Amino acid sequence: MSVVLEQIFQVGFLAAIIRIATPLAFATLGEMFSERAGVLNLGIEGIMLLSAMTGFTATSLSGSLWLGVLVAVLTGALMGALHALFTVALGLSQHVCGIGVTLFCSGLAYFLYRLIFGQQSVPPNIKGFETLPIPILSDIPVLGPAVFNQFSLVYMAMLAIPLAAFVLYRTPWGLSVRMVGENPRAADSAGVGVIATRFQAVVLGGALMGLAGAFLSMAQFNAFTFGVVSGRGWVAIALVVFGRWDPWRSAGAALLFAFVDALQLRMQASGLGHIPYEAFLMLPFVFTIVAMAVMSRSAVAPSALLKPFRREER
Amino acid sequence: MFRLEARTSTPAWFNLALPLLAIGATLVLCSGLIALAGAGVIEAYGVMFSASLGDSYAITETLVRAAPMIFTGLAVAVAFRAKFWNIGAEGQLLAGAVASCAVGAIPMPGPLAMFLMAVAGAGAGAAVALIPATLRVKFKVDDVVSSLLLNSVIFYALMALIEGPWKDSFSGYPISPPIEESANFPVLLEGTRLHLGVLAALIAAPLIWFLIVRTTLGFRIRVTGENPEAARYGGIHVERVLISTALLSGALAGLAGVGEVGGVHFQVMSDISPGYGYSGIVVAMLARLNPLGVVPAAIFLAAVMTGAEAMSRATGVPAFLSEVIQGTALLAMLVALLFTAYRIRRVGAAR
Repeated sequence: MSVVLEQIFQVGFLAAIIRIATPLAFATLGEMFSERAGVLNLGIEGIMLLSAMTGFTATSLSGSLWLGVLVAVLTGALMGALHALFTVALGLSQHVCGIGVTLFCSGLAYFLYRLIFGQQSVPPNIKGFETLPIPILSDIPVLGPAVFNQFSLVYMAMLAIPLAAFVLYRTPWGLSVRMVGENPRAADSAGVGVIATRFQAVVLGGALMGLAGAFLSMAQFNAFTFGVVSGRGWVAIALVVFGRWDPWRSAGAALLFAFVDALQLRMQASGLGHIPYEAFLMLPFVFTIVAMAVMSRSAVAPSALLKPFRREER
Repeated sequence: MFRLEARTSTPAWFNLALPLLAIGATLVLCSGLIALAGAGVIEAYGVMFSASLGDSYAITETLVRAAPMIFTGLAVAVAFRAKFWNIGAEGQLLAGAVASCAVGAIPMPGPLAMFLMAVAGAGAGAAVALIPATLRVKFKVDDVVSSLLLNSVIFYALMALIEGPWKDSFSGYPISPPIEESANFPVLLEGTRLHLGVLAALIAAPLIWFLIVRTTLGFRIRVTGENPEAARYGGIHVERVLISTALLSGALAGLAGVGEVGGVHFQVMSDISPGYGYSGIVVAMLARLNPLGVVPAAIFLAAVMTGAEAMSRATGVPAFLSEVIQGTALLAMLVALLFTAYRIRRVGAAR
């Protein structure tokens, strides 16, 4: 146990937690915006993968990292728009569409990657983001080098969390998002454009999922592999529920999962694994399923989640 | 002028026309990707067809690939009929594979082993599906998310098994020990891989159709899905029906895993299912949740998968096209289903 405690307070370990949490935070915030507006987006796994691919490709071809990030974000937004077109504009069933979007995006990502890069024994890589120490703050002992000597995308995630909370709780648009997710009928009577607001929230969510994908292929792995997302989208679905559809709690859930994941990696590396590492990877899913059963009585989920809105149906 | 009008009923030919429309639209949309890869569209689809359905050996290979998707397609179709949103066929398949592999490794007479593998696999799949159903009935937990998340739980459990106690100590690969040779499903046609499990899948479809259309349980499943309030008013115990549906659905998905272990791989590995559980959703939707329609829908997807590999070798178009086709077909089918809810009417300009 003391070995475990020693590990926890190492700079490298803390830094690893934050790095693992970053794509999860982006993805979780993205899914949260979508769900708060009443739209479950199971396309997240595929959207992250496709964005990771397009961002990587754009950087690989142009040499510009930020162009890659932009392309990934636009890919995410576009695929968010696709999901919104089906589920919001046409009112088709959200869960089936989401699976369709995931299948479509993953297939497209693999297809285009193979088309552009061919089959290579060593996957091509890029010179990804480098850590950017923040002056003064990075000199704080332990915490400084762990938190303030990170990729710029990590700082973006740190800013995105309070920003998401601000937008959701303090702006008129955020109020509209919450209204159309809770009671679209009432929102409609109050003059809020239900379809438009939902569309915007799903597109914004897709853009954030795109950022998550960009982080994976351009900062964490510096390459696109077929397992680059490997279930992180599904983790985000779990974290949104676990975080009770709140930006702060969801981000906290992402950190908690990142801690468990980092611990699991360390235990594997140090040969301390008496417990199979898969047990740790399973935890967020098991916890979420249990949490759903416990929470169900308090009804925290957006009431109109999964329910399409058609104005003419009264 | 045209306007959209709500439909009250749909003609029977829609059941055939809509999937064909969706598949046609999918092939047209995906031809853009073939052209992008610099190959001839007709040639690529031609190779895809001849390599999957062109001769009798190709047909058997396609059927072998279709079998797990017939089972997962039936699993999803049955569940969706009752509006039990089982997105967890993938995990249920894996549970079925693990359970049947464990049973198949025990030395015993072949027929008994195969029977017990099927029982264990179906039981394991049903047990997994019971979790989201129970959570929904008892705690009002959303079944979409819980069944989806269980896929990851089961996957990691499988990984823990094959990287732990089941790990091949000889090669060090994360692959389970093989099942007993006597438990290998018999091959039905000499020189092919057409195994007993494929026949079982082809028989299962009409049986499930009969169950849904002609039996009391099937009636209860349909009414629960179409109108739970009316079902309850009519004395149907809706919660009990949901649980039964989940057990049936999970068992069918579990059998998909049994067939893969007993007839194709004879052991369990991490990629034993290339997403057959999710493909089951595509199959069920293309079949319009009709168990008989599941068979051609699964054969279509299987043909695309086997054909895509040959197409890739012949034309250089990446075989991943088959996954794009799957996703596009599902989305196209959903859009096509709008025709069942609405019709486009020509109306006079001055109304």
